Amino acid sequence: MLKGRHLIEPMDFTVEELETIFKTADGIIENPEKYSEVCKNKLLATLFYEPSTRTRFSFESAMLRLGGKVIGFSEPNSSSVAKGESIADTIRTIACYADIAVMRHPKEGAPYIASQYSDIPVINAGDGGHQHPTQTLTDLLTIRKYKGNLKNLKIGVCGDLKFGRTVHSLIKAMSRYENTEIYMISPEELKIPDYIKEEVLIKKGVKYHEAKTIEEAAPELDILYMTRVQRERFFNEEDYIRLKDTYILNKEKIKYSKKDMIILHPLPRVNEIAYEIDDDPRACYFQQAKMGMYVRMALIANLLGVL
Amino acid sequence: MMTVNSIKNGVVIDHIKAGNAMKLFKYMNLEKTEYRIAMIMNVSSNKKDKKDIIKIENGIDIEYEELVLIDPEITINIIENEKVVKKIKPQLPETVINVIECKNPRCVTSIEKYVDNIFYLSDRENKVYRCKYCDEKHTVGE
Repeated sequence: MLKGRHLIEPMDFTVEELETIFKTADGIIENPEKYSEVCKNKLLATLFYEPSTRTRFSFESAMLRLGGKVIGFSEPNSSSVAKGESIADTIRTIACYADIAVMRHPKEGAPYIASQYSDIPVINAGDGGHQHPTQTLTDLLTIRKYKGNLKNLKIGVCGDLKFGRTVHSLIKAMSRYENTEIYMISPEELKIPDYIKEEVLIKKGVKYHEAKTIEEAAPELDILYMTRVQRERFFNEEDYIRLKDTYILNKEKIKYSKKDMIILHPLPRVNEIAYEIDDDPRACYFQQAKMGMYVRMALIANLLGVL
Repeated sequence: MMTVNSIKNGVVIDHIKAGNAMKLFKYMNLEKTEYRIAMIMNVSSNKKDKKDIIKIENGIDIEYEELVLIDPEITINIIENEKVVKKIKPQLPETVINVIECKNPRCVTSIEKYVDNIFYLSDRENKVYRCKYCDEKHTVGE
């Protein structure tokens, strides 16, 4: 039962519950008209404590396409937060007005606190470098659509694996599916945190490999998941400039890749995928953004229990 | 040879890693009690090169489970009539609240001061706790 639940991290839902959401998304993709009024008279609050155009638009368009309405703020300076209001008080107040809330916050664990004080479902739309579960749902739905299922897949994650929360969430989520194999491609400075290795990969017996270049892993992969090296995750500019161009995907690097491999990216990209890749039939990152909206529609509808 | 008398009734915290006695002393706020206390440091030990010991005369209400978060190797001896009547080897608790402070500057507990600092045990063998909010690692004894 998903009605009334929160989504704070990808493991909050069982594999079966995720499948329920994906089946709803399948239905929406097939016949969007059928779902265009299911959230009539429902209100979504978007609490964005740090800027994010894409995720916010994705949630807002999802709610609007379900026939619901949206309120919220897109930067904390324009809200009561600027006056020093706590997360607990903000969510308790918002819960008086809205039926469901989405929160992005620069501090890790902020949406979890909100969920502890909220009477309405809270969805984590990204907390610092920690979790981004709806991106994970997006990734899973995209993989499921283009690869047919979520089992027996070799996934390469490339770029900023240290601070890249989308990668952490994706690895956690994929570790629950049979015969997942993870290839981690990153520079030494941006390697995956120990806790993902120790408590997800090792504990769950997931086969994993570490690579320094895209080329050495590419021929094996069913999915290549690229990430951006984010300026805001660095404490100093020099480190950012030194590392930002390290892993750029171009046609040459995937010369020996499988023909049915898919290339994903949570977007926005800076320069980590060359524009020449956009024409490659394996590039699925823009379709992935669309899947993001569908899966958020499915999530909102299920958490509100309107289906 | 330094001699410290045995106590008749009370608690002896033994097998403290050399140097940790003061940390335990402070954690238990022993300076604020009126118990007779002996803190013996750098004692020769069979198990370790050196150890510390704290002897507290008469009963004291100690949360033994939490002491193990400061030094995971300690043994608690309950003394009655100069005899050890109970030996306790405290186990790491599953969850600890407001004992470990999260060191991650990005953790929400750094700004929302009204919430409890909650750590859960994620790896008993390696004595690893994780922050409930941000998953920051804390290894007991490090």
